[in-house]
Amino acid sequence: MASDAPRFVPGEAPTGAVRAIARRALPALGVVTLLLCCWEGAKLLFAIPDQRLPHLGAIVETMLSRTQGGSGNLLVVQMLANAWATFRIAFGGFAIGTGLGLLLAVIFLQAPVLERGLLPYVIGSQTVPILAIAPMVVVGLGRIGAPGWAARVVVAAYLTFFPVTIGMLRGLRSASPESLSLMRSYAANPAQTFWKLRLPASLPYLFTSLKIAASASVIGAIVAELPAGAREGIGVMILNAAQFYNSRPPALYLAILIAGLLGVAFYCLVALAEYLVVGRRGRARPG
Amino acid sequence: MDTPIIEFDRVSKIYSSGGGPITALHDVSLRIAAGEFVALIGPSGCGKSTLMRLIGDLEQPSGGSVRVKSKTPEQARRDRDYGIVFQAPVLYDWRTVSRNVELPLEIMGRPKEQRRERALSLLRLVGLGDFADAYPHQLSGGMQQRAAIARALSFEPSILLMDEPFGALDEITRERMQLELLNIWSGANPRPTVIFVTHSIPEAVFLADRVVVMSPRPGRVQRVIPVDLSRPRTYETREDPRFFALVTEVRECLRTAE
Repeated sequence: MASDAPRFVPGEAPTGAVRAIARRALPALGVVTLLLCCWEGAKLLFAIPDQRLPHLGAIVETMLSRTQGGSGNLLVVQMLANAWATFRIAFGGFAIGTGLGLLLAVIFLQAPVLERGLLPYVIGSQTVPILAIAPMVVVGLGRIGAPGWAARVVVAAYLTFFPVTIGMLRGLRSASPESLSLMRSYAANPAQTFWKLRLPASLPYLFTSLKIAASASVIGAIVAELPAGAREGIGVMILNAAQFYNSRPPALYLAILIAGLLGVAFYCLVALAEYLVVGRRGRARPG
Repeated sequence: MDTPIIEFDRVSKIYSSGGGPITALHDVSLRIAAGEFVALIGPSGCGKSTLMRLIGDLEQPSGGSVRVKSKTPEQARRDRDYGIVFQAPVLYDWRTVSRNVELPLEIMGRPKEQRRERALSLLRLVGLGDFADAYPHQLSGGMQQRAAIARALSFEPSILLMDEPFGALDEITRERMQLELLNIWSGANPRPTVIFVTHSIPEAVFLADRVVVMSPRPGRVQRVIPVDLSRPRTYETREDPRFFALVTEVRECLRTAE
């Protein structure tokens, strides 16, 4: 057994998880600090006026200022409420788009003829700019009497299903010929081969796609807010802040910052789900 | 030889490729007895893996017939007569070692407690008793291959197909694994028939009752060399003059096969 020294140490996991999080969080924090330094450094070095690039302090100040009229909440609270509105739409679209993507992947796996026939259109659908699609969806759904949020969900789903289809299809085909031969030698039926081999083998690929889909769904939800005439959401907020940019530049930066944070938060949510589902395999796989 | 468990009758296998048909096997006839340990040896491209895959119904012959327990290979596969071990362990990395060993039993619908019990006793047999709940990536290459062997034995198949199972291991691990395989094989009741594909001459001689020497392009059976070394075989077997004589015989045979 000597040369076969085990690399398995029971009970190592918990501290490993804490360490893994620290290993990821610290570099991210470092980068943020660096960016903040660059921001202020550039302002100082190139003498950029506040009108074009406000001080970080001014952004924080704006964040903590009260909104004019209405509720009189802190601006950041109002913005977070808007972000939550966008997130709900994005998540709805993400869920529907993921379902559709999984369905298409399984159909394509079972019927390669359909893959060859339909995939060009699926790819084509993603080449058309979402800015052109969104108004069409809004008008189309509005005509049949669907509520405004439905159009936004559809646009978010539209951007989500594609990466899921492609990633999942690749994942479902990732099982090696030998592993499929094993299933054949056990006289496994197609359903067993799917549930016990193809599906679990596809999960790392699926989660990679879901991470891309998560940020895509946020973009879809934001873009769709504009033609949909939504009353709340990050898109609305960005548009408002842009209109009043001359009098209050930091608000736009704040809105953009919150939009970015929403994307990161959604990504982290998917990463957490990934850790819970496939993390215990303990090894990163290509995806 | 009494009724063979595996019978090849003038079998050929032709692959169609871009550059025209390629004959992988030509006119192969071979009979293998139940409980026999047969090594297939030959240079790359001699069709030894193809021969094994024809038995296991992983490929179909282009001509001639293959019979396994007087059935077609397909019927034998459906009856779960084969346990297969490849060069790569091919463990499913989302399953623990014991759940990997249980996989065939799971597919065959055996009850849960019985599966677990069987997996644990097999893992003890291959020296992995303490690693039942580890994941495959936590094991070394040799340990993974032992788990793969345990998995192939889990449902007590009457035929074990092994395609260069120790090909990726270092020499020291490899020699130990050969001994362990023989121990497991001779300890099993009933003893499975083993078809062992290798390109290591000493490995073939050390393990097998008969060594089938194959020649390439097209793949044919050059000669079948019976190995008259006594069992059980031990580390000392490799120092036996008879062992060296047989190794030399196989080597000569391979050289003239070119």
